[in-house]
Amino acid sequence: MTTTAIRQPGSKETQPATARRHWTFVPVVDIVERADEWLVYADLPGATVDNIDINFERGVLTLHAGVQSRQDENKTNFVLREYGVGDFHRSFEIGEGVDADRIHAEFNRGVLTLHLPKSEFAKSRKIQIRTK
Amino acid sequence: MFPMAVFNDFRREMDRVLGAFSPGNGRPFREGLYPPVNVWEDGEAFYLEAEIPGVDMKDIDLEVVGNELTIKGRREPVAGSEGERPTFHRRERGVGEFSRVVMLPTDVNPDKVEATLRDGVLTITLPKAERVKARKITVKTN
Repeated sequence: MTTTAIRQPGSKETQPATARRHWTFVPVVDIVERADEWLVYADLPGATVDNIDINFERGVLTLHAGVQSRQDENKTNFVLREYGVGDFHRSFEIGEGVDADRIHAEFNRGVLTLHLPKSEFAKSRKIQIRTK
Repeated sequence: MFPMAVFNDFRREMDRVLGAFSPGNGRPFREGLYPPVNVWEDGEAFYLEAEIPGVDMKDIDLEVVGNELTIKGRREPVAGSEGERPTFHRRERGVGEFSRVVMLPTDVNPDKVEATLRDGVLTITLPKAERVKARKITVKTN
């Protein structure tokens, strides 16, 4: 995972627990085009189906996953800390060509797969040439 | 081809948070750097957590010798559908084999190591070897 935010091992939070920061990370994605759809694969480790929100509004596709810290910041005795845990958020501007009503998604092993079916006019067609 | 600039994303502000561990551009994971790990401890054990989305437990191999934990695994690239070669417009997720060695502060008991993988998060419990466990000493007073 590439959402890297390093804190020095052993560094202690000095803020009160109520002011504890909550981080947001940009998930890495692959975007693949196939004949009839675009596919967005997003790494969202630690997310669950229930806390992933996918929104499509006025041409903007937004992915959001709320991920809570898995360890109690104040009580955990960290010896090595190479990444932070927090929400994932990323938006994409989508032009015409996606059939918004048929957008659907799956979530498996921490990876979101988002299907963006092409609308009819965005599909390439093979043109038949007839000879007389 | 993307005639209508279908994917213009808004990440420019946020790109700075992507750090040195980014495998990026569908390249192989960088040797020895992936996955990043968090490790914490209590009196009984060390606990290691790593984010490895898209990896099956059967593709993960763990080895413990003394105080050294090796995590090996592989992530399959995005599959094309039947005979079709997919066109990538973004390729940021790393693929292929990875291997990482983590040196723990003390020896652990290799027979009692347990691992779970859930929603792309690997959690490993490594009980400390008996002889290095902290002991609570009762001081008797007369």
